[in-house]
Amino acid sequence: MTTLDARKTSAMLYLDGVHVSFDGFHAINNLSLTIAPGEMRAIIGPNGAGKTTMMDIITGKTRPDAGDVLFDGRADLTQLDEAEIAELGIGRKFQKPTVFENQTVDDNLLLALREDRSVRATLRWRRSRADTERIDRVLETIRLQDLRHRLAGGLSHGQKQWLEIGMLLAQDPKLLLVDEPVAGMTDTETHQTAELLKDINREKTIVVVEHDMTFVRELGVKVTCLHEGAVLAEGSIDQVSRNERVIEVYLGR
Amino acid sequence: MTRHILTGTLNRSATIFLAIVAVAGILLPAMNLLLPDSSSLHVPTYLMSLFGKYVCYAILALSIDLIWGYCGILSLGHGAFFALGGYAMGMYLMRQIGTRGVYADPVLPDFMVFLNWKALPWYWHGFDMFWFAVLMVVLVPGLLAFCFGWLAFRSRVTGVYFSIITQAMTYALLLAFFRNDFGFGGNNGLTDFKDILGFNVQADGTRAALFAASCLALAVSFLICRAVVQSKLGKVLLAIRDAESRTRFLGYRVESYKLFVFTLSACLAGVAGALYVPQVGIINPSEFVPGNSIEAVIWVAVGGRGTLIGAALGAIVVNYAKTAFTSGPLAPYWLFLLGALFVFVTLLLPKGLLGTFYAWWDNRIIPLSKGAPSQRHEGNTAEFARDVAEPHMAE
Repeated sequence: MTTLDARKTSAMLYLDGVHVSFDGFHAINNLSLTIAPGEMRAIIGPNGAGKTTMMDIITGKTRPDAGDVLFDGRADLTQLDEAEIAELGIGRKFQKPTVFENQTVDDNLLLALREDRSVRATLRWRRSRADTERIDRVLETIRLQDLRHRLAGGLSHGQKQWLEIGMLLAQDPKLLLVDEPVAGMTDTETHQTAELLKDINREKTIVVVEHDMTFVRELGVKVTCLHEGAVLAEGSIDQVSRNERVIEVYLGR
Repeated sequence: MTRHILTGTLNRSATIFLAIVAVAGILLPAMNLLLPDSSSLHVPTYLMSLFGKYVCYAILALSIDLIWGYCGILSLGHGAFFALGGYAMGMYLMRQIGTRGVYADPVLPDFMVFLNWKALPWYWHGFDMFWFAVLMVVLVPGLLAFCFGWLAFRSRVTGVYFSIITQAMTYALLLAFFRNDFGFGGNNGLTDFKDILGFNVQADGTRAALFAASCLALAVSFLICRAVVQSKLGKVLLAIRDAESRTRFLGYRVESYKLFVFTLSACLAGVAGALYVPQVGIINPSEFVPGNSIEAVIWVAVGGRGTLIGAALGAIVVNYAKTAFTSGPLAPYWLFLLGALFVFVTLLLPKGLLGTFYAWWDNRIIPLSKGAPSQRHEGNTAEFARDVAEPHMAE
């Protein structure tokens, strides 16, 4: 940490030599990864490869035993908690869509809007025109304008996933972590989600974790394959899917 | 805030509720004081004090609904805050006795003379002043809740674990207050009150005023709770209740929100206790019994969790049933009935009386105004069973 090299300062997200073990199980094993600003990266890997644990480390839910995790060239994420990291500009979409089911689509987005999150500010808060306009814009991007006043619990699975992505956008983060966005979606929805992410990528850096190879191919971005908590291969989807070690890992030895 | 409380959106049920409380707060004392004893509409004083007790319980239920119904914090020790508020008021009332006690000591309450104490303990100073006692009614429960909550929420103690330590808290206080050397009258507690603000606590007029004050406190507590749950903070609370981990990842300091609402709730419970004591004429350690706190949670479940009005309604209905039951030949079976009621409500009316009524009403309305969105946020009691069965684990 004493000498910051060029990669550390320019990368949006920088992981170096990260280790995490749970009761002796090495979930993450010397993982190093660099995401450039403006990039969209797809992370693939078999079950238990450490994809979700990696997300947990970046968002402060899990503390690594060793290694550096830097955001935007400056912030040491290993020293911050979830709320501080969210404040810095990292938004996360979970594997299982977790929207606030008992609240409306509008309220869900309102809760996500980048605003003062202190108790005092939320107690005194009044809806301003700017808030409404920001929510309008997000609704337009995620194409849920007509469902604004519906309870989020009543949305279809695909719509919930989009609402979650919308909540990410409302947070106005610099980096979006998207965990399995198309799990359980129909082909049309999968296609629409790929378009949506590409759309968002024009302004934001995105890391997508996904199993669905058709979807990853459709994104057409650089792919990193994880295995046993470390990077196994990196490159275009074609390069990675031709890699012998990747084939071995996916098909079993 | 004030503008919001006074002119903010009061929907129909809130208006009806406030109107009923206001009418009761005026009409019952009037029927007690103005009508002659012979009149069939005369409300006897004992009955008014009984209703006054229910109104205090309703405030306690509101305070529980605020944290349980809206933030998912199940406190099984809220009776402790109620009792602490009661003790603060009791200490004021003790200091008002003066030389009229059995030992006629102008400063020391009887039980201290009996224990051979020579001087007033430091923590009894100031309680001869009403304003100081009122301050303590709010501050003491608030401070305890703040310290307790700060430790618990910061360590992310949630779900059933939190409920268990609140039970331990109220039990520990029960044991402490039982001790004579703790300085609060031990086993007997504080009683034999004479005056409040210079008026005889036994007099009909004082009783009527206390009843009206309780109704006013219920209305104000309701408006405060309502202002909180309708603000953006209220939306954050619901978010915490339904998906705590998700809320944290959105950047909200969940522990600060819980601490705020838990402390506010404890202050309200303290006020309820303070109004309760002069109406029942005694406060003793039995108010700390863990069972009391659990009973209060049942009122909320019966009335309808996450509806505020339902909580108040549940407190009054269940306590009325309790009075009716325990004064008849079925008295020994009350606890069985209460248990059965809780099981019945959890299984068959998970939204409670009012929540079920709202659901029925909404279904009746929707065909008319097609697709009208439901804006209600009831929690449901089935979640309670889940809370207990598997404490909320993070994603």
